[in-house]
Amino acid sequence: MERKDYERLRWRCIRRALLELDITLTRFLERGFEQLSEEEKQVFVELADMEDHELWYWLSGKTECDDPRYAPIVAAIRKS
Amino acid sequence: MSIPVLKFDAVIVGAGGAGLRSAIQLSEAGLKTAVLSKVFPTRSHTVAAQGGVAASLGNSEEDHWHWHMYDTVKGSDWLGDQDAIEFMVRKANECVVELEHYGMPFDRTDNGKIYQRPFGGHMSNFGEKPVRRSCAAADRTGHAMLHAMYQRNVKANTQFFVEWMALDLIRDSEGHVVGVTAMEMETGQVVIFHTRATIFATGGAGRIFYSSTNAFINTGDGLGMAARAGIPLEDMEFWQFHPTGVAGAGVLITEGVRGEGGILRNSSKERFMERYAPNAKDLASRDVVSRAMTTEINEGRGCGVNKDYVLLDITHLDPNTIMKRLPGIREIGLQFAGVDCIKEPLPVVPTCHYQMGGIPTHYSGRVVVPQNGDYNTIVPGFYAAGECACASVHGANRLGTNSLLDLLVFGKSAGDSAVEDLKAGKAHRELPADAAEKSLSRIAALDNRKGGANVHETRLAMQRTMQNHAGVFRFGDMLKSGVDKILEVEKAARQLEIKDKSMAWNTARTEALEMENLIEVAKATMLSAEARKESRGAHVRDDAPDTPEFPNGRNDKEWLKHTLFNPVDNSITYKPVNMQPLTVEPIALKTRSY
Repeated sequence: MERKDYERLRWRCIRRALLELDITLTRFLERGFEQLSEEEKQVFVELADMEDHELWYWLSGKTECDDPRYAPIVAAIRKS
Repeated sequence: MSIPVLKFDAVIVGAGGAGLRSAIQLSEAGLKTAVLSKVFPTRSHTVAAQGGVAASLGNSEEDHWHWHMYDTVKGSDWLGDQDAIEFMVRKANECVVELEHYGMPFDRTDNGKIYQRPFGGHMSNFGEKPVRRSCAAADRTGHAMLHAMYQRNVKANTQFFVEWMALDLIRDSEGHVVGVTAMEMETGQVVIFHTRATIFATGGAGRIFYSSTNAFINTGDGLGMAARAGIPLEDMEFWQFHPTGVAGAGVLITEGVRGEGGILRNSSKERFMERYAPNAKDLASRDVVSRAMTTEINEGRGCGVNKDYVLLDITHLDPNTIMKRLPGIREIGLQFAGVDCIKEPLPVVPTCHYQMGGIPTHYSGRVVVPQNGDYNTIVPGFYAAGECACASVHGANRLGTNSLLDLLVFGKSAGDSAVEDLKAGKAHRELPADAAEKSLSRIAALDNRKGGANVHETRLAMQRTMQNHAGVFRFGDMLKSGVDKILEVEKAARQLEIKDKSMAWNTARTEALEMENLIEVAKATMLSAEARKESRGAHVRDDAPDTPEFPNGRNDKEWLKHTLFNPVDNSITYKPVNMQPLTVEPIALKTRSY
């Protein structure tokens, strides 16, 4: 991923509406993001564009992520 | 250097509730309106508001705005201005109904009216018994509100500048505000927004504290810009804290945990609340619990390497009860403390939640400053609303659900005032020749400085200083040393260095610019808190205790006045509280007890 794209993604992870997501996504950027394949990184970009509540429900396990495209990344974030 | 100039009738900085509400007034009046936001509007921190919005609709039982006014004055510990409070509570119904017409999906009663629920501090008949006054949309009131108002703005042709950061207020030689400078994050380009009206709706600055429930975005940008432009900040010593946030993260742990039997313990596992509140113990009121926690930490009985938190223990509860009655708590412990609360206690600390002070405004939303003996001289062209502003309706403490009301009423009011002023026919005033100079030199300094201070370390030093010296329970000597410490941190914050010098998407630069705003708020808070030698509302000092002469430590004779912190020379002046409502008799001073 190019620097500019990464920095845009970083901003969209570290400035959320919900503190829970600020912390969770910042942590994943620092600990797990680099291990993703380029394709998985693009899926993460899509996740980071989701509405805060929906995303937090997935990441906190309040609702199950049943979309096969996102489920593996959601699981990886939950473990980070 | 030639800087692009964009000309608008009005620019609104911030796209949370207050910003979007004021934008509706301006755009629907046909004025060319820009809204600047660091993030997409529906990602503003208003989204996190769950509780609801207060309005005495009386849908579920009898209610009256006068009762709401009484509750708000009492909640403010009589520091709120009674004209502004009357204005707010009387506008509440109209603002809620308007929001419904914008498409806000309020919860409803069986007969189709807006459903109302009770909320702490809201009472009927002047403090007699709880009343159902809060209007909500499930647990997503703020979220639903922002979506409804964003759509309305799109319809009204408001122009959004998303992922733009406002940098500095532009004032001309006569002090009129003629716009702002702002940076487009995608390009790093600095642009001048030349306007006839500038409205700040930038939210709070809760990130000045180490433990805060606020999202990272709450860096007090509007307050920093106002301070740099010589506008004093009002009542900055008043911050609302919540007793139990996850230590190190700030994520809120609901009071329901103590309600279900959670016990607070210190480093020797002692149930310390038995000493502070022998009857209520862990169920004592928020301030009593917060004060006890702080005392334990200050006296060296905190836990962890830095002895800076206490423990909230629910390991004695049946795991099934935890999962059933406290859904989400286990996940919060696992995610943010690395602790399974079924097996181990949770690390908790009193956590900053809401900023009562801010940019001084009249209830019309116009920014006012002291000048030539008049405390409320209007700064022409400048308006503020929401958490960044101080009208002042929350005074020394805010009632739950009055924050969403504040941003609706004063967002609208600021918008209306701007429309009124612009319709009076004032043309764009000339931009000063050095309009962008301050912003450009700040950026140049960041880009060129070598051997300066690290942004992350400086922010951490500020947050720890604020948490330890000006937290929920304050000590005279700690405040004094806190002043010295925060002025030291300020020196570092004026010498920040960033490694990344890129123009496009330089998030390190943006964070450094935010830090320059945070430090203005931190300094104002510490110095204002040190100066106020009484306890009132959320400002509670060890050396201003509850005595027969000064119940709850409040000293009306000397301290029934608003603080005005002047950022130019770090001086403090005071202005009287407005005790005269618009149409009713004043709510007379009384000891605040629930």
